[in-house]
Amino acid sequence: MTQTEETTTGGGGAKTAMRVIVPLQGVVQGRGGLVLGSIIPCALFYFLQFYLKRHRSEPDPEPAPTDPPAGLHRVQSRLVLSPRGLGGAAHVSGRANSVARQADTPYYVGLKRVSEDPYDVESSPDGVIQLGLAENKLSLDLVQKWLAANARESILGRDLSISGIATYQPLDGLMELKVAVAGFMSQVMEKTVSFNPSQIVLTAGATPAIEMLSFCLADAGNAFLVPSPYYPDLDRDVKWRTGVEIIPVPCRSADNFSLSTTALDRAFNQAKKRGLKVRGVIISNPSNPVGNLFNRETLYNLLDFAREKNIHIISNEILAGSTHGSEEFISVAEIIDSEDFDRNRVHIVYGLSKDLSLPGFRVGVVYTFNENVLVAAKKLARFSSVSAPTQRLLISMLSDANFIQNFIKTNRERLRRMYIEFVDGLKQLGIDCMKSSGGFYCWADMSRLLRSYSEEGELELWDKLLNVAKINVTPGSSCHCIEPGWFRLCFTTLEKNDIPIVIERIRKVTES
Amino acid sequence: MTIEVEQPSVELSKIAVSETHGEHSPYFAGWKAYDEDPYHESSNPSGVIQMGLAENQVSFDLLEEYLEHHPQEASWGKGASGFRENALFQDYHGLQSFRNAMASFMGQVRGERAKFNPDRVVLTAGATAANELLTFILANPGDALLVPTPYYPGFDRDLRWRTGVNIVPVHCDSSNNFQVTPKALDAAYSRAEAMNIKVKGLLITNPSNPLGATIQRSVLGDILDFVTRKNIHLVSDEIYSGSAFSSTEFVSIAEVLESRDYKDSERVHIVYSLSKDLGLPGFRVGTIYSYNDKVVTTARRMSSFTLISSQTQQLLASMLSDKSFTQNYIKTNRERLKKRYQAIIGGLRNAGIDCLEGNAGLFCWMNLSQLLEKPTRECELDLWNTILQEVKLNISPGSSCHCSEPGWFRVCFANMSEQTLEVALTRIHQFMEGRKTNGGNLNF
Repeated sequence: MTQTEETTTGGGGAKTAMRVIVPLQGVVQGRGGLVLGSIIPCALFYFLQFYLKRHRSEPDPEPAPTDPPAGLHRVQSRLVLSPRGLGGAAHVSGRANSVARQADTPYYVGLKRVSEDPYDVESSPDGVIQLGLAENKLSLDLVQKWLAANARESILGRDLSISGIATYQPLDGLMELKVAVAGFMSQVMEKTVSFNPSQIVLTAGATPAIEMLSFCLADAGNAFLVPSPYYPDLDRDVKWRTGVEIIPVPCRSADNFSLSTTALDRAFNQAKKRGLKVRGVIISNPSNPVGNLFNRETLYNLLDFAREKNIHIISNEILAGSTHGSEEFISVAEIIDSEDFDRNRVHIVYGLSKDLSLPGFRVGVVYTFNENVLVAAKKLARFSSVSAPTQRLLISMLSDANFIQNFIKTNRERLRRMYIEFVDGLKQLGIDCMKSSGGFYCWADMSRLLRSYSEEGELELWDKLLNVAKINVTPGSSCHCIEPGWFRLCFTTLEKNDIPIVIERIRKVTES
Repeated sequence: MTIEVEQPSVELSKIAVSETHGEHSPYFAGWKAYDEDPYHESSNPSGVIQMGLAENQVSFDLLEEYLEHHPQEASWGKGASGFRENALFQDYHGLQSFRNAMASFMGQVRGERAKFNPDRVVLTAGATAANELLTFILANPGDALLVPTPYYPGFDRDLRWRTGVNIVPVHCDSSNNFQVTPKALDAAYSRAEAMNIKVKGLLITNPSNPLGATIQRSVLGDILDFVTRKNIHLVSDEIYSGSAFSSTEFVSIAEVLESRDYKDSERVHIVYSLSKDLGLPGFRVGTIYSYNDKVVTTARRMSSFTLISSQTQQLLASMLSDKSFTQNYIKTNRERLKKRYQAIIGGLRNAGIDCLEGNAGLFCWMNLSQLLEKPTRECELDLWNTILQEVKLNISPGSSCHCSEPGWFRVCFANMSEQTLEVALTRIHQFMEGRKTNGGNLNF
């Protein structure tokens, strides 16, 4: 555990920055008092709304349905966006209403812009380049080749029998696939740990896996501690339908954004003061958006903390196979193996969207050491089961040892090469990135490009990057980062040749 | 010597430990009995015959035939480039081609008497997810949905477990073939009010599970009037619409809305799925079709928790867009189900058992109330247990479906071969004969 005091990051400007940051931190951690604690976030929120309204290119964020049949036209013209619809139409729930507000955040606005005006090197060279989606296209060709050769047989079997895949299957996944996935998980983690297929529940992606665990480990009104910055979608996954809160545990650049027990303690106590019962800590390892790996010591400390407070740990290890540095990846499963920790509090989330580049197939994993959670999760899996033909296909693919071995190795190499080149490119512009050992992105420090060292300044820069440089990046504020100026740039949806183009575009903004 | 301090074990949520999943009810206990001793015509001819699973296996050959003649569907449709987009595709709007196919298929199942707009189709991994999702959207924890009885046992879990929403039953009885009446609807609503529970919607299943019968047009009209009067939502679970024995027997709420020029339609939402009509429950394909724009948008976003595999969407898009295939499938499937239904009804009648007159679905609603010593739930469960243990048939007791009259049972007939159905009918016959010769004086 590293005990760091408040450190300045250098120079006079930074001192001023700290004067902004420290009270901001205090507000974040609830020390600023109720008034400050409510005014500042409100002010920021209203500014953000106003700011986005000014710069949004079109007024209606919702795609209008095309060609409605004549009979329905009247209905659609009464676009009901508020719960108090016209003509006294029945209301929708509070949960439904909370969604509408999320769509305005930069993360989603950016994604939308790309979908409307996507970059294509030939047909649309002035389009917006997507650097905001943590998706890996670098090794799709490998999967493609395998599928072209093997798909048909894998799904239907040699006798084209459909009853095998058509009928009701165990809703938490076929045991064969669990076995294959357990093997794959072990492989991507370089065999440092083995996974028991019987402790696996398969879900339609990691998104429902995280939500499922949130439902199982916390009641509505409770909270999870989450080291920040964390990836934007986690808010939706954990909070939306469960009514569970997230308390961010701020990590700082001075600590390389690593998690400190001091910060955990502080956040826990703040939650207590707010009357929120903390039920667990959710970590992502490798982390998203920073790309950190948790070292052994931090994991031990985390487990100690969880034991002391009698809470759970959810470790989202979905990027375990996407490490590209020289640091070793350590799963929380490995730590449990080696020590006498209470396993009942540890749960791992995994999936094939990242490491196998198959987000469309919707395969996620809840891996738990807790019998009772396993029982509940198996029953809950019915709400988000994996499609049978997809299961069959993946059983084949994951059992193809040669293919998988080659894939993991090649994918890592390609990730590493892209990472190095991309980070170098940014360096040429004077933009430094946090050292990262995994994930599809780099965590770049663009704070010196901010007009004002604040969230406002950050969003202004984000907007310029989106509308002037025409690249979609994710601002740190969307990831709940307390230090302004950090951006996540994903490089795995690019071809190698795109990198110079991206750098040039960014230069437009850095040199203006 | 160290003194071990007992650490309190780490707690789980109320949802995790709740019994709302309902899996301790007889409905599921019967399944366990089947799992332990499953019937097989050669290897285990005295095993338990599963008649509690509403699965459609009568038309697999049609699907297999299609796949054999369209090999590209099983691989990648458009080939290599098609795959690339497909594997990455996780847009909650779903594949446009698949949504188009679903909208078209839904229209076909309703004999083109209703048209569906692909932009109102929201995809979910099965109807189970669709029903839960709608409940999350339409109601807050503590609110209620009205559901006519008898209803599918899984609703207790799907509508209530994670959502925290209540079900207030709308009691129906055999005096009018278990049809919903305005009186019953009003009574249920008043009961909820008296308990200080806010009713947010009414959920009907049409064709009905477990009744195996379609809801009449006039009743649908009454239902629509009721929900409009109370300003609540209407969810019409129409997953058995393609399993009506003839196309004209089934009237969808969509048709009623059309006839009313879509007045007040923003409160109506339809749930559909391919699990029953197409016999593909393993594929996990469900949909919400809503006439309410906000619900469509919200449901779409929420479907992130339950997306359909892009590969599956691709696989099915071509098949469902092939009108010659779907037309033939729908027609043939209906005919075969009707034939099965007639076989089981005939067989039961020969054994002296009456059923509710049905015209849809994968099951019949059997009346054994005359066998009960007393018209109580306990007697019904005793009879159910006897049938399970001695006759070796797993059928679903009406009490699991919250039926207000004891003695009714749901019997599935489409999840087995014709031969197995014959065996089941023979066993029932023998059982009934046995009771007659014993003077009919058994204690149940």
